[in-house]
Amino acid sequence: MIEVCNVKKSFGEKEVLRDVSFRVNDGDVIAILGPSGSGKTTMLRCLSFLETADAGRVIFDGKEYDLRHSSRKDILDYRKKIGFVFQDYQLFGNKTALENVTEGLIVARKMKKEEAVERGLAALDRVGMLDHKDFYPSRMSGGQQQRVAIARAMVSEPGVIFFDEPTSALDPELTGEVLNVMEKLAKEGTTMVVVTHEMEFARRGADRVILMEGGVIVEEDDSQTFFTAPKTERAKAFLEGIRGGDR
Amino acid sequence: MTERIIQELIDSFPKLLLTALKVTVPLTAISFTIGILIALMTALVQIAKIPVLKQLARFYVWIIRGTPMLVQLFVVYFGLPSIGVTLSAFPSAIIVLSLSVGAYCSETIRGAIESVPKGQLEASYCVGMTFPQAMRRVIIPQAMTAAFPPLSNSLIGLVKDTSLAYSIAVVEIMAQAQRIAARSYDYFWLYLEAGLVYLLICTLLTWLQRVIERRMERKR
Ligand SMILES: Nc1ncnc2c1ncn2[C@@H]1O[C@H](COP(=O)(O)OP(=O)(O)OP(=O)(O)O)[C@@H](O)[C@H]1O
Ligand SMILES: [Mg+2]
Repeated sequence: MIEVCNVKKSFGEKEVLRDVSFRVNDGDVIAILGPSGSGKTTMLRCLSFLETADAGRVIFDGKEYDLRHSSRKDILDYRKKIGFVFQDYQLFGNKTALENVTEGLIVARKMKKEEAVERGLAALDRVGMLDHKDFYPSRMSGGQQQRVAIARAMVSEPGVIFFDEPTSALDPELTGEVLNVMEKLAKEGTTMVVVTHEMEFARRGADRVILMEGGVIVEEDDSQTFFTAPKTERAKAFLEGIRGGDR
Repeated sequence: MTERIIQELIDSFPKLLLTALKVTVPLTAISFTIGILIALMTALVQIAKIPVLKQLARFYVWIIRGTPMLVQLFVVYFGLPSIGVTLSAFPSAIIVLSLSVGAYCSETIRGAIESVPKGQLEASYCVGMTFPQAMRRVIIPQAMTAAFPPLSNSLIGLVKDTSLAYSIAVVEIMAQAQRIAARSYDYFWLYLEAGLVYLLICTLLTWLQRVIERRMERKR
């Protein structure tokens, strides 16, 4: 279980996160929605120590991590419990699909190569990319790269995987293959926090929905409730906007 | 061209080639290896923004790029003894050439490292790697691919720069040609021949560069 407590972050004068707290139970899939600039990316980055928060804590399986002051060792230890899928994949350009997936196991976790390869192949299989194991990123489509990136994030069986708009950089016809993989992971019980603009995924794939606006959480519901009976005016307006956009 | 000159050129060619192999090639290889290591460290302390070292690195690049290599050679070989540091000619040349490669190539390497998308460093962190691990396994290999053509240029430039070591009495190709010509007075032909030896080495390196580039192309 992960408890995110009181995360704050400003860039200069601009307050981007204003006291964000939420909880992720094991096996939960949480969709984070919200308009552009509401702080979704910043939050995931703070939760991965890619950005140093001004305040906040994460309690991860009983161990507490200070998002502002943590030792290098604690940060390393924490990062081994998470996975991160970036909007623009960020595969290692000098490594094949398989090497991308095994690199963290071998280098960071000191796993034996044979074992890492075995797990890497299994992970690639789960995202349907086994036949591309020897491809370099430059030879794969965006959707294929993103699926490899997902395999890379999950191969270490982290306690949670953060996704930052995993389909936003893709051509529309390629989003399906990535969303399918994510839904499959979700069904298999992977704990996921997914920033997304894909309402379909939030509706079907997520257990809970968090709506962010202006650096705060304005509504948090199970996804059924969020889409059928939102409580706040903000949420209603947001859903109105989406439906308007669909037309 | 008389037969005598032709004969002299044929006789002197192996001598020049041997000098190239015994002096110019080692001088180049050693200086380049040390230089690239210096360049990498100089680039890395600037990229990692390590406080004092970063300023030192910039100062070093500024000094080396802003002064002629001939002056540097004279300072090290003829100048240092007056403050009690006496080095023989070959090590002096190695020091100056390495420092020069280090300064120029650090800028090349810095640019190449910065050309690798920053997101890959973050992705490395997110699979649990440390900064040094990410650099070694992900960023630097890609930077080196990008830096390979300009670094090859620097290597070829270095081959020719070794001729400056002549000025501090290293017996390299130029000095050897000079010695042979001093007996026959065929300076024109012997200096041309010296040039030919440099041309041979550089042509070989250019060819090697192409082969390696083609191989790297396939690995992407
Ligand atoms: N490194 C930074 N420096 C300064 N301002 C930043 C930085 N990163 C983000 N911001 C600002 O913080 C605010 C929130 O940005 P963030 O990227 O977290 O929003 P988001 O919810 O992910 O938006 P989107 O849906 O467009 O991705 C924005 O106003 C952005 O301009
Ligand atoms: Mg974002």
